[in-house]
Amino acid sequence: MDSGINTSSRLNPQARCPLQRNFLPKNTSKENPERFIPNRSAMDFDYAHFQLTEGRNEKDEATKVRSSPSREAYRKQLAETMNLNRTRILAFRNKPQAPVQLLPREHSVYSLYQQPKSVKPRRYIPQNCERALDAPDIVDDFYLNLLDWGSANVLAIALGRTVYLWDASNGSVSELVTVDEDMGPVTSINWAQDGLNLAVGLDNSEVQLWDSVASRKVRTLKGGHQSRVGSLAWNNHILTTGGMDGKIINNDVRVRSHVVKTYRGHTLEVCGLKWSESGQHLASGGNDNLVNVWEHSTRRSLHRFEEHTSAVKALAWCPFQSGLLATGGGGEDRTIKFWNTRTGACLNSVDTGSQVCSLIWSKKERELLSSHGFTQNQLTLWKYPSMVKMAELNGHTSRVLYMSQSPDGCTVASAAGDETLRLWNVFGVPEDAKKAAPKAVPQPFSNVNRIR
Amino acid sequence: MASKTVAAKDIITLHGSAAIVSEFFCYAANSILYNRAVYPEESFVKVKKYGLPMLLIEDESVKSFMSNLTSQISEWLEAGKLQRVVLVIMSKATGEVLERWNFRIETDNEVVDKGVSREKSDKEIMREIQAIMRQVASSVTYLPCLDETCVFDVLAYTDTDVAVPFTWIESDPKLIANPQMVKLHGFDTKIHKVDTLVSYKNDEWDEEE
Repeated sequence: MDSGINTSSRLNPQARCPLQRNFLPKNTSKENPERFIPNRSAMDFDYAHFQLTEGRNEKDEATKVRSSPSREAYRKQLAETMNLNRTRILAFRNKPQAPVQLLPREHSVYSLYQQPKSVKPRRYIPQNCERALDAPDIVDDFYLNLLDWGSANVLAIALGRTVYLWDASNGSVSELVTVDEDMGPVTSINWAQDGLNLAVGLDNSEVQLWDSVASRKVRTLKGGHQSRVGSLAWNNHILTTGGMDGKIINNDVRVRSHVVKTYRGHTLEVCGLKWSESGQHLASGGNDNLVNVWEHSTRRSLHRFEEHTSAVKALAWCPFQSGLLATGGGGEDRTIKFWNTRTGACLNSVDTGSQVCSLIWSKKERELLSSHGFTQNQLTLWKYPSMVKMAELNGHTSRVLYMSQSPDGCTVASAAGDETLRLWNVFGVPEDAKKAAPKAVPQPFSNVNRIR
Repeated sequence: MASKTVAAKDIITLHGSAAIVSEFFCYAANSILYNRAVYPEESFVKVKKYGLPMLLIEDESVKSFMSNLTSQISEWLEAGKLQRVVLVIMSKATGEVLERWNFRIETDNEVVDKGVSREKSDKEIMREIQAIMRQVASSVTYLPCLDETCVFDVLAYTDTDVAVPFTWIESDPKLIANPQMVKLHGFDTKIHKVDTLVSYKNDEWDEEE
């Protein structure tokens, strides 16, 4: 459909001759989505011809204020809405100072560095996994989160009722715990931000907290949920748990009566749970196809996104653009959607062709990695924001349900029902970390732009 | 072909046209900021441009913001990817959008693709821009008073395939609900055609139609 901004033709008889009386019955500009069905007998060909030829007037006269501004406005409004899918709306990141007094800027987290628009050499993304480890008895359930790579560079994976720890630096494996049969299989694991404490969610609705260094259980959180705890997310001393009962509970792990807050926003299992980098917002995705964004303090959700048509387990907050959330839908939906959580607007929606099980943003480049199921079971690396596919990594023979990123941001671990855990050097090799440092191109006023 | 009053015609290249448009935008934005009293009068300095006394803001952060903006706009114009630029004036306290100055840009794609140049008299373009600047200055007569402290922001509408530099972020359009719109003059460099439109929030005092 025409975008409304037709740059090649200047033919717009109405616009070019504002002093002429408008005989044409209705606004037949290209922006009008209704079809114009010509009625030959009613048309005045002579006049139409005159209008058309006269309209090709070189002197593109300044268009004065219209006699019918509302029509013009309607056209513009329509064009704007039509354009929404073809147009990207950008705002400059570093806003100028407000008049009179200094206004604290939210964007002050990132300093401005002037990067020249040079083409960076494309890095080589290995098509095969760097390593494949055995993961027998891993539960093949879409709604669980059985893999997490902690900041101490230890990867925790739950296979059946046992939690194993794999030390990435030396490759050693140790068993942390095997829970009793009545507690059921482990349904979720998540490292705390310190990388030493591990939260283990169980099928019987309890959550155990383990000290991985001492290999001992610190605490058990009971009584919060009524059914299995499928998703976990840490925010300092708060452990947020999402259950099959649809409840999301903030647990303060230091306090005896640990239930601090309960968010009720989902009617079915909460399978995706992620705190934003700042710890201010919590995104939750459920089997009820909803995505909710919660604020730390409020009871009702800040935003409720209903656009997905399948369970949303894949959630990822963008590290380089605050407020940007990426969500991925399951088997019926297969799309990745981007949201501006400040305004609640959906910025983009991309059909991936396959259920999206997990999403990870690159910490180094503007890239997004998604893991998929039927039929390819691939990991797809997208360039953001163009959403061009940079690489497709194949290897798994079953849907890639679990994915986690290494603390240095270079490697991604993925696990699937095919009982393998694969490591991919998709985001680069550790040496690249130095190259990714920004190069400041000296430009006038560039020193002014650093906001402290 | 309608004859022009000026005899000489100058050759305009894509680069030149982009420079004209981005420069125009810089001066227009400054003029809007002055006329709408977004920044106090004292912070502006007079310069001569387009045959008129134009005002430019002295404030460093705004100046650098503008210069970054104009260089980026110029780049996008040369690539033919820019569709419009919108200057948004918002209330500082509530963040509500009060005014939107919409500069719609139509690019002659043939020039972008093939690199040909066009002819138009420089004076003619300057006259057209002058007309717009005068209109902006006189707009204060019908635009509602901005009593509260305001801040401004600039949005760029680009094609989806444009590479977003690190310094720009995605934004929503910051539209005004039920706006009043006034179309101003536009100008044309034969390569880029710029239309100006201001939409503003309905003044509650304005009861009579």
